[in-house]
Amino acid sequence: MAGQFTASARTDDLPEAMAELAAEFHALQAKERLQLLLELANDLPDLPERYAGRLEQMEKVDECQSPVFLAVEVDADAARTVHIFLSAPPEAPTTRGFAGILHESLDGLGADDVLAVPEEAPYRFGLSEAVSPLRMRGMVGMLGRIKRQVRARTTIDERQ
Amino acid sequence: MTTQTDPQSKLAAYAHPERLVTTDWLAEHLGEDNLVVLESNEDVLLYDTGHIPGALKLDWHLDLNDQLSRDYVDGEQFARVMGERGIRRDTTVVIYGDKSNWWATYALWVMTLFGHEDVRILDGGRAKWVAEGREMTTDVRPVTPTDYPVIERDDTAIRAFRQEVLEHLGKPMVDVRSPGEFSGELLSMPDYPQEGAMRGGHIPGARSVPWGRAANEDGTFRTREELEAIYQQEQGLDPSDDVVAYCRIGERSSHTWFVLTHLLGFERVRNYDGSWTEWGNSVGAPVER
Repeated sequence: MAGQFTASARTDDLPEAMAELAAEFHALQAKERLQLLLELANDLPDLPERYAGRLEQMEKVDECQSPVFLAVEVDADAARTVHIFLSAPPEAPTTRGFAGILHESLDGLGADDVLAVPEEAPYRFGLSEAVSPLRMRGMVGMLGRIKRQVRARTTIDERQ
Repeated sequence: MTTQTDPQSKLAAYAHPERLVTTDWLAEHLGEDNLVVLESNEDVLLYDTGHIPGALKLDWHLDLNDQLSRDYVDGEQFARVMGERGIRRDTTVVIYGDKSNWWATYALWVMTLFGHEDVRILDGGRAKWVAEGREMTTDVRPVTPTDYPVIERDDTAIRAFRQEVLEHLGKPMVDVRSPGEFSGELLSMPDYPQEGAMRGGHIPGARSVPWGRAANEDGTFRTREELEAIYQQEQGLDPSDDVVAYCRIGERSSHTWFVLTHLLGFERVRNYDGSWTEWGNSVGAPVER
């Protein structure tokens, strides 16, 4: 079963941290992949004070089956470093795990690197067979919204 | 039945009280021979964060649905799912889950397609057990697999297909989705846009009774009296009616199917699992707004 999704296991077009995480998932059997996803769910950092308790200031990720909120900040440095803040309740560990994957993979990258992540990257972790493809769409939605926010925060000048 | 039923008085008023157990009853009977507890959630990882001691995971998507065609598992797949969990044909199975037991009643409904006789719901589900501060564990108990027989799935008694629903038009039908979905304002359930449809509205003649009206805040079922007030007095349904219930993919309507069949004693209730994701995408199907 572990080899079933090798065709989609391409990682050379993913940012380094994401590629490493994808390889880590692929080295595991389906059941162990769920355990790793759970670890990532547990490791999702708490929101900083400026967002905690202020979910209305964040974007709701409607594609997820649980209340997930997202905020993206982009620094004014040369690389336009991206910071990602995600909140999902403990009773939604799968969604938290998806958020954990994206946080671990993308937080701290430059804006261009985040925007270059392929839309279908969520399917590169070999999770479809363990989680079901239907549920994977939540992570696709999260990634899409992260990229859209990065784009919005880096193209304001050009729009004016 | 081999395992005694829960004598609690709220339960005793229901038409089939043997279909429910309380948290007290379960705590007392955990670990007994021939009792298997299953957790069935929307979230595939929730069980792994902690579950009732001895409970085993049953995933609605990976264990009960065929992974290729839109259908339930067949007799052989079902026998494997049961056998892996040490369930025999005469085992008492208690199911509980998140979201006021949506997915637990869905699992019970699928087990009923295969005629498993003694399958019960934990009233209040996972949330009530947790709220009462009862023991949870991440340990998964070892299972001695059993040889569950291969039973042919019976789709005639409690399941309705599109064609049967077309023939049912004009007879009692319950739409258990949210008011916005019923009116056609929303093409999908709030927060679940990935399971949308081309057309919004409801099946002509269906009554709107959102599933959640049958549940209390703590996830338990309302009393028989309260349920009768909703489905019989307010909606005018009769236990002898031929009723079809539907939602979006058949999971919320499993909850209503359970309420009508086992708590109120309706004799013929079918769950249309194709539900709005089939009907609202189906060319030529009549829609009312």
